[in-house]
Amino acid sequence: MDLFSTFFNMPVLLNSLPQLLSGLLVTVQIGITSIICGLIGGLFLAITRLYAPTIIQVLVRGYIDIFRSIPLLVLLIVVYYALPFVGIRLSPFLSAVTALTLVSAAYTAEIFRAGIEAIPHGQFEASAALGLSNRHTMVDVILPQAIRIVIPPLTNNCINVMKDTALASVVAMPDLLKQATQAQALSANPTPLIGAALIYLILLWPMVYVVARLEKRYSRGR
Amino acid sequence: MSAQINIHNLKKSYGEFQVLHGIDLEIAQGEVVCVIGPSGSGKSTLIRCINRLEAFDDESEIAVDGIAVVPGRALAAVRAEVGMVFQSFNLFPHMTVLRNVMLAPMRVRHSSVKDAEARARVLLDRVGISEQADKYPENLSGGQQQRVAIARALAMEPKVLLFDEPTSALDPEMVGEVLDVMKKLAGTGVTMVIVTHEMGFARQVADRVIFMDGGNVIEAGPPAEIFDNPKEERTRSFLHAVLDH
Repeated sequence: MDLFSTFFNMPVLLNSLPQLLSGLLVTVQIGITSIICGLIGGLFLAITRLYAPTIIQVLVRGYIDIFRSIPLLVLLIVVYYALPFVGIRLSPFLSAVTALTLVSAAYTAEIFRAGIEAIPHGQFEASAALGLSNRHTMVDVILPQAIRIVIPPLTNNCINVMKDTALASVVAMPDLLKQATQAQALSANPTPLIGAALIYLILLWPMVYVVARLEKRYSRGR
Repeated sequence: MSAQINIHNLKKSYGEFQVLHGIDLEIAQGEVVCVIGPSGSGKSTLIRCINRLEAFDDESEIAVDGIAVVPGRALAAVRAEVGMVFQSFNLFPHMTVLRNVMLAPMRVRHSSVKDAEARARVLLDRVGISEQADKYPENLSGGQQQRVAIARALAMEPKVLLFDEPTSALDPEMVGEVLDVMKKLAGTGVTMVIVTHEMGFARQVADRVIFMDGGNVIEAGPPAEIFDNPKEERTRSFLHAVLDH
């Protein structure tokens, strides 16, 4: 057995390709759902943390700190294997999306908060002096400026969520990694794993490139 | 009691440090008041209290057009009637000049886009920058930006205009164009309260000049009286320091 027939076995790869691609679809579904839910949750948490009554601010800060500290794998296993004991039984897909969203929202909240806090105080004062409501101040004045600042770190966070979807394989989710390990077992050859690694690379490398471009562009300032 | 702005016993502290020591002031409708004084005298804080950008002590009272300036719904009503021009312009950098002027009428007064735009163009013309309407603030000079800021404040058709050192951040050659716009506004019926270091402007335009020092109003009166015949020693020494180099 030479190197090529072991790791880059073409017949094995072609044979397992449909399985890998169906896994890719699941990975992308988990990733995009978690990213969108995390963005919405994170924006809500950020604004709550900045402007809600003090008690709620403290609770939100606690949430953010806890979910940035807990290892995602641990959280996922708790959601999938422990919650059924209290009657909450989530499908593998929902378990993965729930765990990823809870953590992504915490990180996203911190990114949004930093973005909002980077807007000069004069922008808030000018809005207040014009009689704009808090909602209009946020929607028309602050967030459009904050978005420019937070796009690079947000894209970075999206990459992390996409990568972390691979953890879903431990709760029997037929994602890209799970399909690859099954194909490997079936064909007694590691080529499908190499194939999966390459697919992850093809999926994420462009995003990494985009982040680098964005960071360069926005660090130059306006 | 028909003064447009009523300030009674205005006190304000930052922690232990008291910035305003119980100021009483009445400003009539259409009056142009210039507030002068050394830096740290509390003059900016005074006008920032009028639309409550700065909170003040509970025992103090400010009313604009009879509406108490207290937190809550009434505050939005006061702020809609009171325009403000800042030292650092504070234009919205992500909007064109035209949108900067249109935003508040659309959001607060619920003007249609058409009405807001028509009015914005009239105002930009009035402050002499109609050609820059579609540019972004960063592409304008400081003097032009400040004139946009004045147009933005005027778009809400305010009864009161507050100016917080409007020319202090400008290059010297741009001060004149902003002061010219403000001179044209004086006497149009809008009440103006102006914190400024431009003594020539204050003498020429103000109905009343207020000299502040150490968080107190030391002296107030017509410009001729304050500038030519100050009664208080502190006023004299301040004017001496700024006028005779």
